Amino acid sequence: MFENLTSRLSRTLGTLSGKNRLSEENIAEAMREVRMALLEADVALPVVRDFVERVRGRAVGQEVMQSLTPGQALVKVVHDELVALMGSANDRLVLTQAPPAIVMMAGLQGAGKTTAVAKLARMLKERENKKVAVVSVDVYRPAAIEQLRTLAREVGAVHIDSNADEAPLTIAARALKEARAKFADVLIVDTAGRLHVDEEMMAEIRALHAALSPIETLFVVDAMTGQDAANTAKAFDDALPLTGVVLAKTDGDARGGAALSVRAITGKPIKFLGTGERTDALEPFHPERVASRILGMGDVLTLIEEAERKVDRQKAERLAKKIGKGQKFDLEDFRDQLEQMRNMGGVANLLDKMPGMAHLPQSAQTQVGDGAFRRMEIIIGSMTPQERRFPDLINGSRKRRIATGSGSEIADVNRLLKQHKQMQKMMKKVTRKGGMARMMRGVAGMKPPPGFRR
Amino acid sequence: MPAVKNTPRPSWWQRLRGGLEKTRGQLAAGIGDLLLGKKAIDAQVLEELETALLVTDVGVDATRTIMQALTQRVARKQLNDTVALHGALCTALEAILEPNCRPFEVDSARAPFVVLVVGVNGAGKTTTIGKLAKRLKSEGKSVLLAAGDTFRAAAVEQLTEWGRRNDVPVIAQGQGADSASVVFDAISAAKSRGVDVVIADTAGRLQAKTNLMEELAKIKRVMAKVDPTAPHEVVLVLDAGVGQNGLSQVKEFDAAVGLTGLVVTKLDGTAKAGVLFAIAARWALPIYFIGIGEREDDLRPFDKQSFVAALLENGA
Repeated sequence: MFENLTSRLSRTLGTLSGKNRLSEENIAEAMREVRMALLEADVALPVVRDFVERVRGRAVGQEVMQSLTPGQALVKVVHDELVALMGSANDRLVLTQAPPAIVMMAGLQGAGKTTAVAKLARMLKERENKKVAVVSVDVYRPAAIEQLRTLAREVGAVHIDSNADEAPLTIAARALKEARAKFADVLIVDTAGRLHVDEEMMAEIRALHAALSPIETLFVVDAMTGQDAANTAKAFDDALPLTGVVLAKTDGDARGGAALSVRAITGKPIKFLGTGERTDALEPFHPERVASRILGMGDVLTLIEEAERKVDRQKAERLAKKIGKGQKFDLEDFRDQLEQMRNMGGVANLLDKMPGMAHLPQSAQTQVGDGAFRRMEIIIGSMTPQERRFPDLINGSRKRRIATGSGSEIADVNRLLKQHKQMQKMMKKVTRKGGMARMMRGVAGMKPPPGFRR
Repeated sequence: MPAVKNTPRPSWWQRLRGGLEKTRGQLAAGIGDLLLGKKAIDAQVLEELETALLVTDVGVDATRTIMQALTQRVARKQLNDTVALHGALCTALEAILEPNCRPFEVDSARAPFVVLVVGVNGAGKTTTIGKLAKRLKSEGKSVLLAAGDTFRAAAVEQLTEWGRRNDVPVIAQGQGADSASVVFDAISAAKSRGVDVVIADTAGRLQAKTNLMEELAKIKRVMAKVDPTAPHEVVLVLDAGVGQNGLSQVKEFDAAVGLTGLVVTKLDGTAKAGVLFAIAARWALPIYFIGIGEREDDLRPFDKQSFVAALLENGA
C-alpha cells in the first residue's frame, strides 16, 4: 500500500527539496501536485482541502521561507502534517476491564471483520498471552459463524458456538456468560456487515453495544475504499462510540487514502493494519512510520521489529556458530536463508520499508519478485541431503535429475550453484577479516545486534 | 432463512433510487444549488460540478475529461444556462457508459455455458453467484455451482447454503483443495448431466499478488481442458465503495484472465461507484449487473439511463 502516493509525493517534493529559494509559484505548483496525489490516492476531498490549506499556510510562513534549505523544510512540514493527520503515536488496545475485556468489531459487508477478529485473537494470544474467546453474532450471511469457528480453531481461540436461528442479542448475552465461565481474558465479538444507511441494522448494533458495553469498538474499513470511506466512518462513529479503526487489505496496491480520511474525519486512531491473508498478518499502526513511508523515507523500525519476531533465532545462531568455526556455508544453509526471507513477507515487503525505494521505477521493483527465490528453494528441495551438504558432488547427470525434479532447466540449476558459490566466497572473506559476527547480525542471519530488546 | 427481513418490498426502481440516494445527494446537492440558485454558468458553478464528480470517485482524469468537454461548450456559448449544462452532463455521462451496455446472455449452443467469477476479497463474489443462480434458474435454465474458493474458511459452506436456497447443485471438495480441480470436476459433471450454466466461484485475491493471479490463470487453463471454448464469461465483481483502486483491479484481472464483464455490488449503500466512469473510459467491458441489497433478487441488469438519471436526479 501507499506506493503510488509515495512516489507521487516524493517526486513532487523531491524537485523542491534541492531548491534554495521557494517562490510563491513553485509552492502553488507543489500544492496542486500534492492535492492531485492525495485525490488519486482516494483521500476524501474535504480532508485533502484541509491538509493542503494547512501545509500552504506553513509553507509561506517563516519556518520554511527563512530556513537555509526551504525545500527540505517543506518536506518536513508535509511529513509533520501527515503525522498529525494520522495521529501522533500508536494507540494500543485498552483492555483494562474486569475480564473478559470485550472487543466489538463493526463495519460494512466484506470489509474484513471476521478475518480481523481471527488475527487480533492470534496477536493477543501470542504476544500478550491472553486467553481469547471469540463469538459471531452474524446470523445473516450464510456460513459466517462457520467461518469464525474454523478460524478460531486455526488460531487457538475459544469459539463460543452460536447458530443462525438465535437473535444476536441472545447470543451476545450467552457469550458473555460463557466467556466468564471459561475465564477468558478477552472476548472478541464479530458482528454482521451492515450498511450505515440501514436503520434496522444500525439499531441492532447499537443494542448489542449497549448490552455488551465493550471497552473497545473497532471499525474495520477496507483500504481500497474510495471517497465513501469518510462517510461510512462518520456514520458508524455517530451511531457507536468507536474507539479505533482497523484498516484491512493494505497488502494490495491500494493507495491508502482511506487511512487518512477515516482518521481525519472520525478523529479515532487507526490501531491496526491488515497486511495479508494469513492470520499473523496484522501490524500495529504507527502514524510516524507510515508518514515516513509515504514520503519515501522508509520504515526501518517496523522492519527490525518484524525481523526480531519472525526470524528463527536458533537457526540464525546455529549458522553463525557454524560459519564462525570455519565450516562451509552449504546449500542447506542457503535454503534456510531463503526461507527466512520469505517468512518476513518476502522481498516486496522488505523493499516496501526500505528508505529511498519509492524512487525505483515500479518495473524494477516488481522484477526483484519473490518468484525467483521460491524457485531457488524448489531447486534445492529437489537435491538429496548429501548434495546439499556437498554441492561439489553435483555433476552433469545429477543436474539433469535436479532440473527435471524441480521442473526447471539445467541452466537454472547452474545459476543457483553459481550464486551459492558467490555467497560462500563472500562468507569466507568476511570470516577471514573477522567481520563475520557483525555480518551475521546485520545482514545474513537477520540476528538482531546485542542490546536490542526482544 | 434468517437473512430475509419481512419488510414490504419496494420496487426495484425505488430500491435503486434509494440505493443511489447518497450519490445523487452528493451530485444533486451541487447541481441542485447550481440549477435552482442561478441561471448563468460561472467559474464557481463549474468548480462545484467538478468537486461533485470527484466526491463520487469519478477520479481525477475522468473528471478532467468530462469537465473539459463541458467547459469548451460553455465557452462556445453552446450551453447558456444551468439547465442546459445539466442536460449536457447527463448526455456526457451516458455517452461514457454507452460502450459498456450489453446484457448478460447465456449462449445455449454452448452448454454448459461456463461463467468464471473473480474479484478481490470481500467484493461480494459468492453473494453475487447466489443471486445470479436464482436469476438464471427463474429463466428456466439449469445451473450448477463450483465452489472454487477453497482458501477462505467456510466459503464452501457459504456457497453450499446458496445452492440449497435455490435448489441448485454445488460441486465442492472442501477447504484447501485445488480450486482448478474443483472447477474441472464441476464442468465435467455439468457436461454429463446436461446442465445449461456452470458458475465458478473463486477465492478473493488482491490483484497485486502475482502468485494468486497466476493461480487464477491456471483455473482458466484447466477449464479449457474440459471445453476449449470455456470460460465463456469471466466476470469481475467490483465493490461500489472502491475508489481509484477499481482501475487497477480491472487492469490486473484483465491481464491475468481476460475479463468479459463486470458486476457492481453494494450499490444500496452510500457508495458511489463513480469509478465506473473512469473504468468505462478505458475499457469497453459490459457492466452486466448491479447488486442493490442482500436479498436473492437484488441483482439487476445494468441500465445506463437509470443509473445516470438516479445519480443526477434532483431533489428526490
